[in-house]
Amino acid sequence: MQAAEKAPATAVKADPVLLRVKNAYKHFPISGFGGLAVRAVDGVDLEIRRGETLGLVGESGCGKSTLARLITALLPVTTGKVVFDGQDITTLKGRRLRRIRRKMQMIFQDPFASLDPRMTVGDILQEPLDNFSIGSVRDRRRRVQELLRLVGLNPNFTNRYPHEFSGGQRQRIGIARALAVNPSFIVCDEAVSALDVSIQAQIINLLQDLQNEFQLTYLFIAHDLAVVRHLSDRIAVMYLGKVVETAGRNDIYERPQHPYTKALLSSIPVPDPAVERERAPIALKGEIPSPVNPPSGCRFHPRCPIARAPGVCSEQEPPLEPHGARDQVAACHFAGQF
Amino acid sequence: MGQILLQVDDLHTQFFTSRGVVRAVDGVSLHIDAGETLGIVGESGCGKTITALSILRLVPDPGRITAGKIMFRGRDVTKFDDDEIRDFRGNDVAMIFQDPMTSLNPVTKVGFQIEEAMTAHNRFSASLAKTRVVELLKRVRVPAAESRVKDYPHQFSGGMRQRAMIAMGLANEPSLLIADEPTTALDVTVQAQIIQLMKQLNRELGTAMMLITHNMALVASLCQRVVVMYAGRIVEEGPVEQIFKSPQHPYTWSLLRSVPRVDEARKDRLVSIHGLPPDLTNPPPGCKFHPRCPFVIDRCKIDEPGLSEVAANQVARCWVLMRNVKDEDVAAAKASALSLDAAKKLKAEAPPEVGTVAGG
Repeated sequence: MQAAEKAPATAVKADPVLLRVKNAYKHFPISGFGGLAVRAVDGVDLEIRRGETLGLVGESGCGKSTLARLITALLPVTTGKVVFDGQDITTLKGRRLRRIRRKMQMIFQDPFASLDPRMTVGDILQEPLDNFSIGSVRDRRRRVQELLRLVGLNPNFTNRYPHEFSGGQRQRIGIARALAVNPSFIVCDEAVSALDVSIQAQIINLLQDLQNEFQLTYLFIAHDLAVVRHLSDRIAVMYLGKVVETAGRNDIYERPQHPYTKALLSSIPVPDPAVERERAPIALKGEIPSPVNPPSGCRFHPRCPIARAPGVCSEQEPPLEPHGARDQVAACHFAGQF
Repeated sequence: MGQILLQVDDLHTQFFTSRGVVRAVDGVSLHIDAGETLGIVGESGCGKTITALSILRLVPDPGRITAGKIMFRGRDVTKFDDDEIRDFRGNDVAMIFQDPMTSLNPVTKVGFQIEEAMTAHNRFSASLAKTRVVELLKRVRVPAAESRVKDYPHQFSGGMRQRAMIAMGLANEPSLLIADEPTTALDVTVQAQIIQLMKQLNRELGTAMMLITHNMALVASLCQRVVVMYAGRIVEEGPVEQIFKSPQHPYTWSLLRSVPRVDEARKDRLVSIHGLPPDLTNPPPGCKFHPRCPFVIDRCKIDEPGLSEVAANQVARCWVLMRNVKDEDVAAAKASALSLDAAKKLKAEAPPEVGTVAGG
């Protein structure tokens, strides 16, 4: 696995990992505060395998959206590497970066803000094709209609404007735009969070169908753990700029190894009154500390129900190590011991 | 318990817009007993928030309550004069909103805002109100309440702000608290803290609660009874256990199956409801849900069903009812999805010339 970095292009096909984040940091300096910085992403290691959906969860401010922007090269890393398809994209520029961008697309949360209100749907969908000079003009027009049909919209809607569509339909347009250039990897950043439940189900089903149809790889970022569990193959949990646990979607629910994962999962209500009567959420003390000055040792220790502080938890930062099931890693000194 | 606190009778609230009359609330009848927790669920635009605002007579322009009675402890709220309604709001019924960021005044201290809620109603003397603020903040579990009263809202986190809003709602000891999506803007662990708090307050103070939400899980967690709304009407109502175990209206049924559950390992498809909620200026004839209903029969298209009793304490507005639906129809409804068809159709006729599918 370690050898993949310098592997030649021919060997890339065999690599089951599509994207690797290696020790990535993103600090946003706060000007006027002498070297202080918001440590949004603070040493993240992550793998996304071909054809899988990796769910990324965590509370607001944990750095999940910043990580997504590092992965798609929309933000430069402070240090660290992002290797996509065997290529370190943090050093790419110009045409070579554009070529990679064609393979990774993004779907955003707010279907109202992410579509230009002055462009017709046809123009919105054709723009990426124009940008990458894909096909002839006639091909592009046909492709636009095909994309609309693909996401369940009427192909004759090309002359309409975004305001003529409902939230769910706009999100379909956002998905069609992401699919336009035939990417292999799509980052869905809270792509269903703003939608009503029945519409949310439509979009979730659509995302699953498209994945099967085109062997897409998804990074699915959301705060709704139920949706994430439904869609993902593996789930990574972030806390204050770091990944604290990664595991298969059933393992992480049945045998969480990190106390934060356990608390997070226990706090989600279930639509079943009988289960709800029995459910005992683990109440975490306080709220997420500031990412400008994260706690010493394990970042979770001030809120952790099992922390030994002062002690090993407040002094040493636990590494991300295998714990629990196969393919499960957690960063905790007392992983699984609760 | 058991004593009716609030009774809404055939409430109609309409908005008179340039596009026509929007029947936002179209004949809603419901009641809340003292100390009870009632959930009102439905999607955006189904009229759940307008129902709550109508109870407080806070319907925004160009909306108006056009018909119906709202009886609170035997008095009709719709007939209150200005002084009476002012007294009623806050003293008898308080409301907390979704977004704690915009419902607090950013330029005055949190403690003062809670105090103001009390002095405005002359329930407590100025000096008593001051000491009660700290007491209230402690009751909603704001840590270091003595010093936090002097903070401004921006110094509070989202969860703390929502706690402060709840404290303000409880300031005059109302007998009913209306909470409109109280946890939607909060993170899950904070959401859990607020749910816990609301449960405790309901138990400790005996305040009846009306929870307005789109989140079925929240209803399961907090409520004893639930009202399901669609297109301005109640389509089903009953005890929470019963509604979740055997929903009779296809809309309730679909709503329950369209959300994934965090405690289930399944990976089959979600039931999605086709299409969109109707335009309320021009609702469909017959049952309002029929254009989206997977179990529609001919009668649904012309004749609107009334609310009828389907089990003890459970009413539903449907000609078919889920218990009469054949198993194969249910299976078909679960399997069908617009997007899958679209994808298949495309596969059959797609010209594969545009680029290549990467990843394999």
